[in-house]
Amino acid sequence: MKLPIYLDNHATTRTDPRVFDAMKPYFLDVFGNAASRNHSFGWEAEDAVEKARKQIADLIGATAKEIVFTSGATESDNLALKGVAEMYAERGNHIITQVTEHKAVLDCCKRLEKDGVRVTYLPVRQDGLIDLDQLRDAITDKTILISIMYANNEIGVVQPIREIGKIAKEKGVLLHTDAVQAVGKIPVNVISDNIDLLSLSGHKYYAPKGVGALYVRRRNPRVQITAQMDGGGHERGMRSGTLNVPAIVGLGAASEIARNEMIEETKRLRYLRDKLKDKLMRELDEVYINGSMEHRLPHNLNISFAYVEGESLLMGINDIAVSSGSACTSATLEPSYVLKALGAGDDLAHSSIRFGIGRFNTEDEVDYVAQKVIDVVQKLRELSPLYEMAKEGVDLSKVSWTAH
Amino acid sequence: MAYSDKVLDHYKNPRNVGSMDKSSPDVGTGMVGAPECGDVMKLQVKVNAETGVIEDAKFKTFGCGSAIASSSLATEWLKGRTVDQALEIKNTDIVNELSLPPVKIHCSVLAEDAIKAAISDYKKKHKSVSTESVAVG
Repeated sequence: MKLPIYLDNHATTRTDPRVFDAMKPYFLDVFGNAASRNHSFGWEAEDAVEKARKQIADLIGATAKEIVFTSGATESDNLALKGVAEMYAERGNHIITQVTEHKAVLDCCKRLEKDGVRVTYLPVRQDGLIDLDQLRDAITDKTILISIMYANNEIGVVQPIREIGKIAKEKGVLLHTDAVQAVGKIPVNVISDNIDLLSLSGHKYYAPKGVGALYVRRRNPRVQITAQMDGGGHERGMRSGTLNVPAIVGLGAASEIARNEMIEETKRLRYLRDKLKDKLMRELDEVYINGSMEHRLPHNLNISFAYVEGESLLMGINDIAVSSGSACTSATLEPSYVLKALGAGDDLAHSSIRFGIGRFNTEDEVDYVAQKVIDVVQKLRELSPLYEMAKEGVDLSKVSWTAH
Repeated sequence: MAYSDKVLDHYKNPRNVGSMDKSSPDVGTGMVGAPECGDVMKLQVKVNAETGVIEDAKFKTFGCGSAIASSSLATEWLKGRTVDQALEIKNTDIVNELSLPPVKIHCSVLAEDAIKAAISDYKKKHKSVSTESVAVG
């Protein structure tokens, strides 16, 4: 087993060697511009792009013409939200989203608010899911778009997109979903899920960084967006810019692999995740899972270790690459806004760790991680005055702390 | 962020971890910080009433590696000092010894506050022997 162990697969994934192999010819040999219409270099590049477009479409139940290539999901989110707001401005100026979205969506919304768009930010319940009745109530005759993520990047909870899609359709509102964490991991189907626009990103499912796509529905209804970048009119006028052919080939290959292997891979990752979770919860007390366990990605675990501070925990497991809900690197402490939205206290938010298990992790690695985390948490609790007080029966919420 | 070797050493091998009976007249206890701020330090000193010398010091800290190291170092420095000498320990001494970066200076401030709080608690128990009043940090 090689250290350090990479268990931060929600941040990014290693490119699958098969994907890398598929990309290789498109750097040195087939290097043409896919928009060149006059010679074989261009035609071959275009063929490769169109094959990839089909592979991606097949993964999400779309047709090839509905796939618009972008530089990644941040761009896809920007194009979807700003493109819809601009295109449908005459029909309405209200967008509904939720508080635990990725910043790519939230900050787009903030920008749009400055331009006069009204945005409703739905809260989430303690399990991280939105309340469908609240969604229904928030829709007005000015609402043009609902943007709710498929699966959350921190806590991995999967929103009821199919039901949200039904509500959107019923009310004649478009549905955009940031499906970055879901595509290639769990079944996503734009038809049965009633999705009108969907953002995806290659490097979250074993393709390289810097490539992604926006699905834009073409039938029932035909969705239109205003381009946010001016130029050569590539991608049916929706996204100008020379296509990144090798990366697009990689995205296509990764999509095909995901489609073929999803069932087996999900089974394996869920087994590893559950093994990690069960071991941690068996050997440690006062451990809390953040977000719904039932509606969750199979490879995600987000867990808080009470009475242990996150940064010291990460310091103790520095041969494991994970992410913490605490951003305690400065005097202004800012725990994760996602965990705070669940109603977790700041202290629990500070002591959370996000594990993201991926295709290249082994059972030995997961066993090592579980034991290491247990050892470090136990050691830090020996050091923790809060754990000592809690064991003595002191109610920590009633202590008057000397905040500084 | 890179931690200094001394911070890593204290984190891996913290000195004087533990608790003493806080109701004992010889023991002064200081607890500073707050869980929602991400650090709480408990520091205790056991003082020889005859000589005024700190014979033992213990700590427990909830916080980042630098907070743990700051309080661990503080207990090392406290042992053998008199109560009044203990109050001469300044947060900047801790910053220098541990090479703390600017974002971690608050850890050293917290350790200084914990020392003051522990000494103040001890002095409160021994008002008769204490001739000066101490400000609580």
